[in-house]
Amino acid sequence: MSDFAIKFENISKQYQLGSIGTGTLSHDLKRWWTIHVRGQEDPYLKIGQVNEQSDKSSDGIVWALRDINLEVKDGEVLGIIGKNGAGKSTLLKILSRVTTPTTGRITARGRIASLLEVGTGFHPEMTGRENIFMNGSIMGMTKAEIRSKFDEIVDFAGVAKYIDTPVKRYSSGMTVRLGFAIAAHLEPEILVVDEVLAVGDAEFQKKAIGKMQDVSQSGGRTVLFVSHNMNAVRTLCSKGIVLKSGQVIFEGNTDDAINQYINVNTLQTAEIINSISYLNHEIKIDSVTINGASSNYLHLDGDSTSLQVVIEGSVATEKVLTLEVEIFDVNNNRVAFYGPGMVNGILKRYSPGRFVVNEKILIPRNLAGGIYSLDINLTHPYVAYYMKASRCVQMEYIGYQFASGHNDYKLRGYYILDSAE
Amino acid sequence: MTDRKKETELLIEPHGKLIYLNFGEIWRYKDLLEMYIKRDIVTFYKQTILGPIWFFIQPIFTTIVFMFVFGGLAKIPTDGIPQPLFYLAGITLWNYFSESLTKTSDTFLTNQAIFGKVYFPRLIAPLSVTITGLIKMMIQFLVFVIVYIYFVAKGTHVGLNIYALLFPVLIFILASLTLGFGIIISSLTTKYRDLKFLITFAIQLWMYATPVIYPLSVMSGSKKYMWLIQANPLTSVMETFKYGFLGQGTFSWLALGYSFLFSVIILLVGIIIFNRVERSFMDVI
Repeated sequence: MSDFAIKFENISKQYQLGSIGTGTLSHDLKRWWTIHVRGQEDPYLKIGQVNEQSDKSSDGIVWALRDINLEVKDGEVLGIIGKNGAGKSTLLKILSRVTTPTTGRITARGRIASLLEVGTGFHPEMTGRENIFMNGSIMGMTKAEIRSKFDEIVDFAGVAKYIDTPVKRYSSGMTVRLGFAIAAHLEPEILVVDEVLAVGDAEFQKKAIGKMQDVSQSGGRTVLFVSHNMNAVRTLCSKGIVLKSGQVIFEGNTDDAINQYINVNTLQTAEIINSISYLNHEIKIDSVTINGASSNYLHLDGDSTSLQVVIEGSVATEKVLTLEVEIFDVNNNRVAFYGPGMVNGILKRYSPGRFVVNEKILIPRNLAGGIYSLDINLTHPYVAYYMKASRCVQMEYIGYQFASGHNDYKLRGYYILDSAE
Repeated sequence: MTDRKKETELLIEPHGKLIYLNFGEIWRYKDLLEMYIKRDIVTFYKQTILGPIWFFIQPIFTTIVFMFVFGGLAKIPTDGIPQPLFYLAGITLWNYFSESLTKTSDTFLTNQAIFGKVYFPRLIAPLSVTITGLIKMMIQFLVFVIVYIYFVAKGTHVGLNIYALLFPVLIFILASLTLGFGIIISSLTTKYRDLKFLITFAIQLWMYATPVIYPLSVMSGSKKYMWLIQANPLTSVMETFKYGFLGQGTFSWLALGYSFLFSVIILLVGIIIFNRVERSFMDVI
């Protein structure tokens, strides 16, 4: 017998747009009247579902999930990432038996507790104490189990002072903390977590991630974690899958999954010039290239250590133009900045007519490999911006290849430090 | 650990069986049922000054109103039973039925948020409402007993007899009817909310088709409505109660048997429909 905790087999979920109940009989009648008698479009069709899901067929059927096959091993922390509407929550909802799959089946070993939205089971009139018991039993725990964990829960949530106060008097942060504490302490074999960390403050987020790590490492329990916070996914998960339009498009180690997701998430190959978000009316841009290519995807292998940025265009009046390049990591943290006019004081002046900005930027050899994105701007430092192109290039930097061939240092930090000897 | 895992292995599949009532699962969640009941009873009087006393005040007030309107103004006879006793008997049983039915028929709508987040046997929710109602009814039955003792002490003749022992059976019929009807209606309202408005109206009418404020003997003359009242499964419950405790009313094993059968069938049908709806209601509601 294999040691899986959850096995998804051919799981699909189909939603029929609009044609299921609209709420009241009169609405159903009205819809029937508009479609069949007057020959018009369905007035109750759900807006917003149509544009996103590309595999929607003409009869209003949407596949929220399609043929998901997946095995989650015992003690694994699986990160599920994907854009809004990719099917992440639907998958978790099926797993936590809130709704049923259209086809396929799931085998799960152990109790499942889901943290889809913490605190939903709370009754505002009841005290924290009463709610701990209530919420715990909703998750399928017995009273004895809850009682043995009670002090730990209160302690973790930090609500000891308010434990006999009705939950309606709690701040939203306290409610979330209490909700999370209950679910995390009640030792289900499988814990399903959907975007809960978005609410708590930084300190609590750290605590929560630490707790989840504990749960999976020491307890040998399985965690399914859905988040848009790539940092959290990276710290927590041992494996990642990427969902897109209801299908698993990637399954593998967390870093690769995150990179894959970021690639999927951005525009497919397009021209850099199309990403210009601001242009002064006195300037025209004809072409923008990096290392000779105009595409917005740039691959730098271990040997490339420079970026040759060439911008051609024309100006109507005399201008001071300085190239500015900013490098961001996947979490939108600025890693590096290039702006010669600002730093060195060399400002280049261009007379009316055609201009060519051509500069070579050196990338530090010890910059860690990973996915970065670039901003490219033309500016007169401290005076005005003439061109702005934010996140216009996706740069995949392989980084310096170490003799060991290991590549798993990706984004452990921005720089790889050398020994001084 | 592995033993428990094997034991709790779970299979999630598109379609369930027609009659799938996993008593084992409900039993595993018995603590939740208890919490639900406790919650409903405790929150009933939270932030009130009189607290649990409200459980007693409600039937007393209704009785006074009934004595004034039906006994005083409309002059509907009570078969020689003291008015407070007569109305209190009817109100205790009827209140249980109507309150629990209104609440259970809202199961999916009121629990929408929590049903959408976590799984537990959905039947726990209406079941807890029915049991909470039962506890409330027992408290109110106490009021009836106190008034009863008062009248006995005063020397009024009340014909308590052996048929009073049928009380548990009456409770079973009432509870099955409420739960059965409640889950049927709640299943139907997930799609068409119209029914929700109809039900409050229907319950009001239903009271007049049940011998709550009048004894069955009053209606025996009217051929036009008698069939309706006799078809009503609540009629024999009311009459048996009054017959057993107050010695007045009509009792027949046939009518009681009919009510019993009726309630069991409704409960079964309810469970079938509820199971079909609970699996997919999240997509429709």
